[in-house]
Amino acid sequence: MIPIGQVLAISAVLFTLGVVGVLIRRSALVVFMSIELMLNAANLAFVALSRAHAGMEGQVFAFFVMAVAAAEAAVGLAIIVAIFRRRHSTDVDQVALLKW
Amino acid sequence: MNAALFYMTALAAVVTAAVVVLHRNPVVAALSLAAHLCSIAFFFVLLSAPFAAVIQIILYAGAIMVLFLFVVMLLDPGGEGINGRVGRIQLYATLLGAGALLAAIVPVVLGIGTTGGSPVPSGFGGVESFGRLLFTDYLFPFEAASILLLAAMIGALYLAKQEID
Repeated sequence: MIPIGQVLAISAVLFTLGVVGVLIRRSALVVFMSIELMLNAANLAFVALSRAHAGMEGQVFAFFVMAVAAAEAAVGLAIIVAIFRRRHSTDVDQVALLKW
Repeated sequence: MNAALFYMTALAAVVTAAVVVLHRNPVVAALSLAAHLCSIAFFFVLLSAPFAAVIQIILYAGAIMVLFLFVVMLLDPGGEGINGRVGRIQLYATLLGAGALLAAIVPVVLGIGTTGGSPVPSGFGGVESFGRLLFTDYLFPFEAASILLLAAMIGALYLAKQEID
C-alpha cells in the first residue's frame, strides 16, 4: 500500500518551509537553499505520483528538475559571488537597485 | 511500504528542512540541506525509484551541495538573525501565507488517502526503463536540458572571470 496522500502532504509541508525561508531570510545563500528545498518538494511529488500511476514519466520529470536545479545553482552562486565582491555582503535587502 | 521507515524518513526530512530555514549559521544550514537531500533520496527508494535516488545523491548531495559549501566557505557571511531585521508585519504575513498554503493543500491531498497503487512491472525505476524513456519519448527535452546546462556553464564562467574593480 502506498500512502500517496501522506507523501503529497509531506511534499506540501516541505514546499511551504521553502517559501517561508525565501520570505524571512536575508542571506542570499540561505534563500538559495530554500529554493532548493522547494525544488526537492516538487521532485518528491513527481516521484510519488509516478509510483501511484506505475509510470516512469514522473521520474523523468524529476530528472529534468534536477538538471534545471544544477544550472540554477551554478549561475546563481556565481552571481552571489560577483555581488559579494562588489558589496562585501550577501544581504538581499541591500541589493535593491531594481526595486521599484 | 514499511510504515515505521516511512514516518522516520518523513520526520527526518521535515526536521532537516526546518533547520535549513531557521538556523542562523549558513554552514549548519548547508550541512542540514545535505541531510535533507539524503532523506528525500530515501523517499525515492521507498517509492520504488532507485535510479532517481542514486542521481539525487550524486547530483544533489554530491555536486550541488559541494558547490554551496564552497561558496559558504568562500564568502563567510557570518551569522544572521532569524528575525533580526525582519519586520513584524513581514513575519506575520509570511506565517499567515504559509498557513493559508498548508490549509489549502494538505486537507485535499490527505483526502486521497492510501492507494493500493498499480503493481509495478519488474525493472520499474531502474536504469534501463529510465534510459529507454529518456532517449525515446523525452529526447527533445533531454537535448534542451543539455543546451540549458551548456548555457549555465558559459554564464557561470563569464560571471566568475570578471575582474575585481
